[in-house]
Amino acid sequence: MNAPVNPPKLHDCRDAFASTLERLAGENETIVAVCNDSVGSSKLGGFKSRFPERLVNVGIAEQNMVGVGAGLANGGRLPFVCGAAPFLTGRSLEQIKADISYSNANVKLVGISSGMAYGELGPTHHSIEDFAWTRVLPNLPVIAPCDRIETAAAVAWAATYSGPCFLRLSRVGVPDLLPEGHTFELGKANLLRQGSQVTLIANGTLTHRIVKAAEILADRGIDARVLNLATVRPIDEEAIIAAARETGAIVTAEEHSIFGGLGSAVAEVVVDHAPVPMKRLGVPGVYAPTGSAEFLLDEYGMSPSAIADAAQELIKRK
Amino acid sequence: MDTTELERIAREIRLRDLQAVFEAGAGHIGGEMSVIDILTALYFRVLKVWPDQPKHPDRDRFVLSKGHTACALYVTLAKRGFIPEEEISTFLQPHSRLNGHPNCNKVPGVETNTGPLGHGLPVAVGMAKAAKLSGAGYRTYVVTGDGEMQEGSNWEAIMAAAQFKLDNLTLIIDHNRFQQGAALAETNDLAPLRPKLEAFGWEVTEIDGNSMGEIVPALEHRGLGPHCIVAHTNKGHGISFMQDRVEWHHKVPSREQYEIALAELSEAL
Repeated sequence: MNAPVNPPKLHDCRDAFASTLERLAGENETIVAVCNDSVGSSKLGGFKSRFPERLVNVGIAEQNMVGVGAGLANGGRLPFVCGAAPFLTGRSLEQIKADISYSNANVKLVGISSGMAYGELGPTHHSIEDFAWTRVLPNLPVIAPCDRIETAAAVAWAATYSGPCFLRLSRVGVPDLLPEGHTFELGKANLLRQGSQVTLIANGTLTHRIVKAAEILADRGIDARVLNLATVRPIDEEAIIAAARETGAIVTAEEHSIFGGLGSAVAEVVVDHAPVPMKRLGVPGVYAPTGSAEFLLDEYGMSPSAIADAAQELIKRK
Repeated sequence: MDTTELERIAREIRLRDLQAVFEAGAGHIGGEMSVIDILTALYFRVLKVWPDQPKHPDRDRFVLSKGHTACALYVTLAKRGFIPEEEISTFLQPHSRLNGHPNCNKVPGVETNTGPLGHGLPVAVGMAKAAKLSGAGYRTYVVTGDGEMQEGSNWEAIMAAAQFKLDNLTLIIDHNRFQQGAALAETNDLAPLRPKLEAFGWEVTEIDGNSMGEIVPALEHRGLGPHCIVAHTNKGHGISFMQDRVEWHHKVPSREQYEIALAELSEAL
């Protein structure tokens, strides 16, 4: 008889973001939070109570919000510009390009409720283009942490990194995957499971799903490597090339369009350095129906068992 | 520096700008001529800046939101000692840092990259807000074009500046009445600008933006909230055949036109 399994506790990464930002703001008086009427959804209530002067709410005006962030950085402040990912990135993409990336302004962009987090609200609110939009911009690291520990570590890293970055956070609960005390290293993948027959790569809310997929594959006698690849740009070429050469097949999974996102970024490295069969799982270039993020990820072939099936199929193409 | 001296410098800047645009075979000469008096008053009278320490934390901030008139800014910065004057001859040449739109990481004195319209004012609001947060004493000035005020991002920033009570922010609208393709009145006529800005809670001063005697006091005005100067200017100001002509937005003078313009501007010196 199997031992009873307790489902792991799930955490909203926004809580880790908010508590880390508050802690850092207590130590660094230049930190300011900038938001677009999103105090609640960005979990900035605590920040606002402790540092009311340093909460800059521009109202519902994302283009201005990003420009204001650039100006605050010019004036020696350290702004964390927070807003719902689809609007922070899409609405103000040109401001992100000209004012932040091209100007190399020391602004931390924090896109919350990314991916399918607003599943039921419909495709206008899905943020499944933001990797594609941001990862083409020079000077702009693009980071999607996989759990609360990596979120806290990435926020702490961002506060000391001299330059802009884009942090992509969800609001959908995820279990702890990385060890307490984990330090974020820009552009470095985390090897979560060693394996030799296929590599599963994901970030954000998909990482825990590929961990489960690897367990399913192990039950089927297939030895899968698991990489958490939080930094989409600059990407960990070394880990990807090693995965291609040592396992011979790569599956990516992401809460994003399959066009231009993590899978595309991995494929670029693979095709340039070590071509092997790949399968990119994600939203297949469509506007999604209504449903929760969890439902939609399952719907688009990213349940742990579907990911395992895709990996098993892919191995046949080696 | 007094008004007469400022007027002389403005004419020198016009002359050098004309020459640079003619030699480069490109530029935005109409809008450069309209804004040069304002740039001159800022850099030679109003702005607290240290050309040898372009990132001095106490410096006043200036943002040229109408970034396509970069050449006028480069000539002004060179005259003020931020970059070598002889470098103006590299304007638009391969690998020159004097791009068609200003780059803050390459050109000392440029605070933020501009070019796409409607970006400068939001960034300037952030600069002014940063001074409020840190208690810094610097002021922030931003120049937009009047056509540029059609960009919605400006109105987002106008609302924020009033809400944040930014009495350390001055917006100068270069109201030369022409945009790239047509007169403002034939495109999306924002005029009169004054009541619109006032309705948003700004203090507004209207001036002849090509008259140094009116520009200086307006720039030196200090009020209780954000201040907008509606500067009535002439596109192509100072050059008879360019004045108030839409085609001079980015037209390059022929050799003959160049000689005429050169003579007119030199005569004024």
